[in-house]
Amino acid sequence: MAEVHMTETVPCADAGEDAPKVRIKGLYKIFGETPEAVLEHVHGGMSKPELMDLHNHALGLNDINLDIPARKIQVIMGLSGSGKSTLIRHLNRLIEPTSGEIWVDGENVLAMDDKQLRDLRRFKMSMVFQKFGLLPHRTVLENAMYGLEIQGVQAKEAEERARKWLDRVGLAGFEDQYPSQLSGGQQQRVGLARALATDAEILLMDEAFSALDPLIRTDMQSILLELQEELHKTIIFITHDLDEALNIGDRIAILRDGEIIQSGDPQAIIMTPADDYITDFIKDVNRAKVVRIRSIMKAPANSQGKPVLTTDSIEDALPKLHRSPSKCCPVQRPDGSVCGNVTIDAAIEALKAPESEGDDVRYA
Amino acid sequence: MLEFLTEFPSLGRQDLSSFKQGIDEGFRTFSRANGEAIEAFFNPLLQFLIWFEDVLTGAPWPLVIFVIAALTWFGARSWKITTGAVISLLLIGIFGMWEDTMSTLAMITVATSLCVALGIPIGVLMSRSDRAQSLVTPILDVMQTIPSFVYLIPVVMLLGIGKVPGLIAVCIYAIPPIVRLTNLGIRLVDRDVMEAAEAFGASSREKLFGVQIPLALPNIFAGVNQTIMMALSMVVIASMIGVRGLGTQVLRAIGNQYLALGLMNGLAIVALAIIFDRVSQTYGKRLQAYRETGHG
Repeated sequence: MAEVHMTETVPCADAGEDAPKVRIKGLYKIFGETPEAVLEHVHGGMSKPELMDLHNHALGLNDINLDIPARKIQVIMGLSGSGKSTLIRHLNRLIEPTSGEIWVDGENVLAMDDKQLRDLRRFKMSMVFQKFGLLPHRTVLENAMYGLEIQGVQAKEAEERARKWLDRVGLAGFEDQYPSQLSGGQQQRVGLARALATDAEILLMDEAFSALDPLIRTDMQSILLELQEELHKTIIFITHDLDEALNIGDRIAILRDGEIIQSGDPQAIIMTPADDYITDFIKDVNRAKVVRIRSIMKAPANSQGKPVLTTDSIEDALPKLHRSPSKCCPVQRPDGSVCGNVTIDAAIEALKAPESEGDDVRYA
Repeated sequence: MLEFLTEFPSLGRQDLSSFKQGIDEGFRTFSRANGEAIEAFFNPLLQFLIWFEDVLTGAPWPLVIFVIAALTWFGARSWKITTGAVISLLLIGIFGMWEDTMSTLAMITVATSLCVALGIPIGVLMSRSDRAQSLVTPILDVMQTIPSFVYLIPVVMLLGIGKVPGLIAVCIYAIPPIVRLTNLGIRLVDRDVMEAAEAFGASSREKLFGVQIPLALPNIFAGVNQTIMMALSMVVIASMIGVRGLGTQVLRAIGNQYLALGLMNGLAIVALAIIFDRVSQTYGKRLQAYRETGHG
């Protein structure tokens, strides 16, 4: 199975990255009575509204191609109705595609029979849900054990592992409570513990934090990032919240009307939005916090200021730039080597959001 | 012309009677040919019924009361209900209805167990397939609304008079609620929870026994409760075809205008019904204790 997949080379932004953990190729999903029959119209370039008007079929996903790197957080972002939840459910086949390919570790997910698919879901991918999806008749501990129970792990070991993960997400002491006794944030921690306990390499998170209050949401993001630093799972994270996407995403794909309109490094999306839709999308972002120095630095030159890091935000760097006599600082990689310099003018320039050229297309 | 409008153009008297005779004759031949086989099929059930009734009527009454009190306590965990049950049973005994009550109790217990054993699987089947649901629902409608005397006729023709036909008549009347509520309960299970089970790779067995049935239990229990109540309400009719018990006495009272006899036996049925109802309801409520606490 692997050779089919491995023969194709993957264009990677960063050198030295492994083959993608998950790849989605030419994925289409059409909802309606005879999706296969109208697929050719979509191939022929028919748009979502046209397909609805002429053939009464809803175009859910339109030619999705995405390589998801291993051990990174891939965010898929879009407004409601953009198809993001549909997309993530294709990865473990909770939804069957109309056409296309999905490969996980070089295995064709769509060719799997029921048993292989169940094994994929049991051992390789676990999922966290927007509405938590906890089993209300089981205690917190029993919920965290659920995936292990399905895997067939011995009760004693399952309990031990579940307790460990509940402890990691800060729920020690809540083991014997029922989900209905917990707050939303606590319930989602149970959801997270349940997903982590299975030791799956891939974590699907479907708007996992969207139902939570803003403060709890940032809290959960920090928990996730902390865990990720140690666990290095391949996380596919769906959200409609750009701040969330920028906070946790190693890569972001933006979805609109079932199509990916831009995908890649979050910095690239902020600095060079692909079209007016995205420009509009990012215009309210706090750029001082999200734009990194590496996105605005120039080739090395003489500069007297204190060095700033490539990973610093503009907010971090501005005081140093201001204090530098030449209003210019050298830029260092985290390992200490100098790789460029940055001027205060560039930093201020970068605070200005790119302007969209056309009309407001955001709600198209 | 006017006659055509005022008189409904029905089949002629001759046609009708030969039509009915055809059906009657057909069924009679069928029951003559298969009656014995069917009776033999139900024989184990009959033996069990007789045995169970003998156990209940033969056992020393203090023991029976103790067992019932214990079951009530384990089901309801309430002193009030348990004491109520004991007092009602004592009163029933004092008024000389002990044996009849035990016969009825045996009948109801067996009928309910049979309904649960058949009804839950049918309900599960219905919940899994819309076709099964659209097929079974009208049958249940008929079973619940058709006057019970109507299906007593073929049952008696097939099996004669006795306990088994009575049991069948009770079950026909009492099984629909358990089937319906099992189906409903499973269909009402939260889709998000089902999706989560699916996403973790649960097989359909694991989903059924680990998620659907546990979450449908409160509804299933409401079904059991309804089934018991309906079975109890059938005891008088069942006694018309030879089921001994409290119903027989009520029937005697109707025939002879014995007000006191009818009232006493009727109230004994009510007492049984209340005990069953309270116990099964409080047990069902205890099953969903997890829903009641905290942040709903």
